[in-house]
Amino acid sequence: MSGNETPQNPDELFVASERVMSRGMRLLGDGIVREKGLFTISVVCSVLFGAMTVADAWVLGWATDHLIRPSFERGEVVTSALWAAIALFLGVAVLRAIGIVGRRLVGGVVYYRLVAGHRRLVTRRYLALPMSWHHRHPTGQLLSNANADVEAAWAVFMPLPMAVGVVAMLVAAIAAMLLADVVLTLVGLVVFPALFGINVFYQRWLSPKVARAQSLRGDVSAVAHESFDGALVVKSLGREADETRRFARHAEELRDANIEAGRIRSLFDPILEMLPNLAVLAVLLIGVGRVQSGAAEPGDVVQVAYLFTVVAFPVRAIGWVLGELPRSVVGWDRVQRVLRASGEMPYGALESAGHGAAELRLEGVHHAYGDGPEVLKGVDLVVRPGRVLAIVGATGAGKSTLTTLLSRLVDPTEGRVLLDGVDLRDLTHESLAAAVAVVPQGTFVFDDTVRENVTLGADLGDDAVWDALRTVQADGFVSALPHGLDTVLGERGTTLSGGQRQRLVLARALVRRPRLLVLDDATSALDPDVERRILLALAERTAAGDGPTVVVVAYRKATIALADEVVLLDEGVVAAQGTHAELMAASDSYRRLVDAYDQAREAAR
Amino acid sequence: MSTTGRGTPTREGGLDIVRRGLALSPEVREGLGLTLTLAVLSTIGGTAVPIVVQRAVDSGLGDGGRIDVGALVQGLLAALAAILLTAVVAYVMRVRLFVASERGLTTLRVRAFRHVHDLSMLTQNAERRGVLVSRVTSDIDQVSLFLQFTGIMLVLSGGQIVVATIVMAFYSWQLTIVVLAAFVPLVVSLRWFAGRLSRAYDTVRRSVGEMLAVIAEPVVGASVVRAHAIEARTQQRVDGGIDANLSANVRAQKLVAVTFASAGLSGGLAIAGAVGVGVWLGVGGRLSVGTVIAFAFLVGLVVGPVQNATQVLTEAQNAIASWRRVIDLLDTPAEVVDPADPVPLPDGVLGADFEHVTFAYPDGPPVLQDVDVRIAPRQRVAVVGETGSGKTTFAKLLTRLMDPRDGAVLLGGTDLRDVAFADLRRHVLMVPQEGFLFDATLRENLRYGREDAGESDLLDVVHRLGLDDWLASLPAGLDTEVGQRGESLSAGERQLVALLRSALADPELLVLDEATSAVDPHTELRTTRALERLLDGRTSVTIAHRLTTAENADRVLVFDAGRLVEDGTHAELVALGGTYTRLHASWVAQSQMDQGARMET
Repeated sequence: MSGNETPQNPDELFVASERVMSRGMRLLGDGIVREKGLFTISVVCSVLFGAMTVADAWVLGWATDHLIRPSFERGEVVTSALWAAIALFLGVAVLRAIGIVGRRLVGGVVYYRLVAGHRRLVTRRYLALPMSWHHRHPTGQLLSNANADVEAAWAVFMPLPMAVGVVAMLVAAIAAMLLADVVLTLVGLVVFPALFGINVFYQRWLSPKVARAQSLRGDVSAVAHESFDGALVVKSLGREADETRRFARHAEELRDANIEAGRIRSLFDPILEMLPNLAVLAVLLIGVGRVQSGAAEPGDVVQVAYLFTVVAFPVRAIGWVLGELPRSVVGWDRVQRVLRASGEMPYGALESAGHGAAELRLEGVHHAYGDGPEVLKGVDLVVRPGRVLAIVGATGAGKSTLTTLLSRLVDPTEGRVLLDGVDLRDLTHESLAAAVAVVPQGTFVFDDTVRENVTLGADLGDDAVWDALRTVQADGFVSALPHGLDTVLGERGTTLSGGQRQRLVLARALVRRPRLLVLDDATSALDPDVERRILLALAERTAAGDGPTVVVVAYRKATIALADEVVLLDEGVVAAQGTHAELMAASDSYRRLVDAYDQAREAAR
Repeated sequence: MSTTGRGTPTREGGLDIVRRGLALSPEVREGLGLTLTLAVLSTIGGTAVPIVVQRAVDSGLGDGGRIDVGALVQGLLAALAAILLTAVVAYVMRVRLFVASERGLTTLRVRAFRHVHDLSMLTQNAERRGVLVSRVTSDIDQVSLFLQFTGIMLVLSGGQIVVATIVMAFYSWQLTIVVLAAFVPLVVSLRWFAGRLSRAYDTVRRSVGEMLAVIAEPVVGASVVRAHAIEARTQQRVDGGIDANLSANVRAQKLVAVTFASAGLSGGLAIAGAVGVGVWLGVGGRLSVGTVIAFAFLVGLVVGPVQNATQVLTEAQNAIASWRRVIDLLDTPAEVVDPADPVPLPDGVLGADFEHVTFAYPDGPPVLQDVDVRIAPRQRVAVVGETGSGKTTFAKLLTRLMDPRDGAVLLGGTDLRDVAFADLRRHVLMVPQEGFLFDATLRENLRYGREDAGESDLLDVVHRLGLDDWLASLPAGLDTEVGQRGESLSAGERQLVALLRSALADPELLVLDEATSAVDPHTELRTTRALERLLDGRTSVTIAHRLTTAENADRVLVFDAGRLVEDGTHAELVALGGTYTRLHASWVAQSQMDQGARMET
């Protein structure tokens, strides 16, 4: 029982680490180009910060040689130097503060803009890519591509400006050391690369452990999801203790992985903190000798020593970038996969001309999903305007596929679907959507008001909305909602039952007054009585010349009873067609199928 | 304690939460004192540096004169020892912290998970499940980040500030006052910043929730968006969510940057003040050169922690809020609890009695009112009624997924509240409408009914329910992977698995919620036969959606608006001319397929 919600798969990360540098550089390049203006500002600010950090140490050195020691030697304050030193300390602090604000604010803005920009790009692809593409990708994966993966991809940009500034700072620090004393610089030349090297080694060692923990975290979440979803089964079978054991097993695995990563952190963090302090001791030891031999001023020694204490922490930013890079590359690769996916569905330029119920015609329609076997193998059908057609067939006969072709959620691999004689592919998207309404099996409710859920932004009056709600017997429960049409539904709003959702989705289709209405098991969650009333109301409207042509995938006898005509689909072909009575007389397989209910009834006796 | 759970926790509230949270994770509290002591000790190494600088400067480096090399080397060695020792202490402290916090939080995680299963409310609201999952995942993760990074950083920062201040005071109380005074404006403004930061991050959190909801639309609602050609509108909504999130983040980032920078500014003020006043005092002979320079280093030891503190403030608030949510969950009492002194159920097939049972959800109107009914052993009962009539509540009370507000539910004459769960589950089993399957093989899913079932038990039960041909038709037989939530199987097949599972569990009283969604007729037929064999010899209560189920029952109970309105056999009730007669008429109309039924319209 493994989880699929894992935002990271450690294997993916290990593979990535081999080429992480080259991919990482391209990722950095891409982000820098996208936000070059702001990124430049953040780097300039970061360099200012780095320079001022080094300057701080220089000021202390200067103050030692020009203010502190002379004043102590003379026994009186060297006033000019005092004011100069104070001005220098404060000036450096102000400039450094400006650098910090610029680096953190502008650097943060760069990151947030990159993330927001890519969220827009990814969701635009989601809207443009065809249903066939959506069917191939699990929902959880697509959601994490737009959220966690986009964030991971650009996460490296958070510490990046600081890291660039640190590189500048290190160069400045070495230069300042060289100016102060060549021999003392040697300490820096040993310690800085050591800091850098340890950081790299640390991150390389740590990041697979962190990735593993991340993947185990996904497992824990998947087990919790599954277990809570099946809570009723767990409870009624009395399996709470076993479920808790199963969850505990995963939680303990995560715990051990976290402890393992924690041990590495526990080892390296103190080493990284200790190293600059050791450097200061070395500087003092060497420095004393240099001052004694007259090769260096005491201020130089103080300055170099101080440099190590101020530079130590920022240097870790380089480690953060390197540590973040593999994770970012994995996220970036996943996002790129969405952005590169092709297969937009092109629409035609014709406006649908007809009015009232439409005529539907299928000519030699074949369909296969990807390289799979054909689901539809040459379907020919005509539904005259205003008629109700029921599609009947066993599981896997191709019923649902047929309904998705009617609104071009997918296109036939061969053959044509015609609406009033016009190929659906020649119609504009808008006129196709206006003419055909499909009510699918699932009921998707937007996080919005009841009104918006019905109109979907179309300019429709409340009368039209209530009319549609009445037709689907939903006016009762909607007017009982706390704010009527303005009641917010969804995760943060009112929760509807399955049957209520189905009625809302039906109203959504009806309010647009489609010319062809396609129902794919769209009434399964309704009480039989409610279902019947809705279907009767629909049939009445159609009979009065005010309703659409209806194609309905039928499972219940009441539904079939309302149809003018029935089509029996069998393994992707029309096995029989006619009125129910004709089919009962003519087709054995049809009889067997619809009689199965009666047989079930017999068997139960 | 059980405050709103969101928003800005007060200082006291925060500490209370930490205290209570630690009490719930004894592994964390155990040895915490030592860990914290080590944490404070581990800040001492840093202060060795300014001291050794002072000694070096004052022992001759400062005036360029003779240097007492022996004393200096001694000082350096002492500092080296202090730094190395500190590193070791820091290592030990961190390992202790990681191990203790991970162990403690795993205990808390598992306990919260179990509690979720013990809460009866879980069964009534699907929308809350996602929230409950985050209680045992991301909320606990937040707490662990707090204990391992944010919280310990606060302790280390505090420790370092205290130790550095002590060393400063040891050198010169005047300069210490100067340095501390430089930080006063920051500390004062920090209170102002903290309030704004926490509000800014509240806005960020809200915007994240709203953004995630709209981003789900083009994915989860992909076919709706295409079918109604609302791509542009959807993109607008998505962009709106993304932009709101972006601007909330930028607003928060502004505050963070300014807060962080002002700590650095205070540091500059402190150094300038320390050097200026230090020189003035030193000239008066009260301070050495080394001391003044050491102060510059000591100020550095204070600035870092203060900067960190401003940064971790908001993270700490988030973590405390998460911790509070987990604690609130554990504080929610499980309404249905195992009896302290259970009464064993008698052997044999049992009947069930409802004695004037009334049920209402907390603060809600009664869903079921004064239901009084006796179900004899081996009786086959069908429960019918419109949605919201109370028939599902009836079933839940019978399986003790909930307890009645008034009255009692008895099994074999024993109040369900006096029966141990383990005992009850052996006798009573509910088969929900949707046969929920776990992402595993068919075998594992069947064994969910009885853990110790062997291969022959499984095949035997398949045979008994007449499903050998179905099993043979599966690609890998019992080893077939059913997929997430059983999605590799059809809805009807999932229902079959649920029936097999129930047959393995072998209860004496079965409560069935009949599936409403359409299943193709062949599977339907199989299900009906399997069900028939399953029910044989047991007491059963079925929430019926089909005419045949009610027709075949020994007895039909009709619910309307929370009351039991009719009770009798199918034939009696049809003749009664009441609710059931009406329901029956619509069922009949549905199943009649002839022209006549169509003419009726």
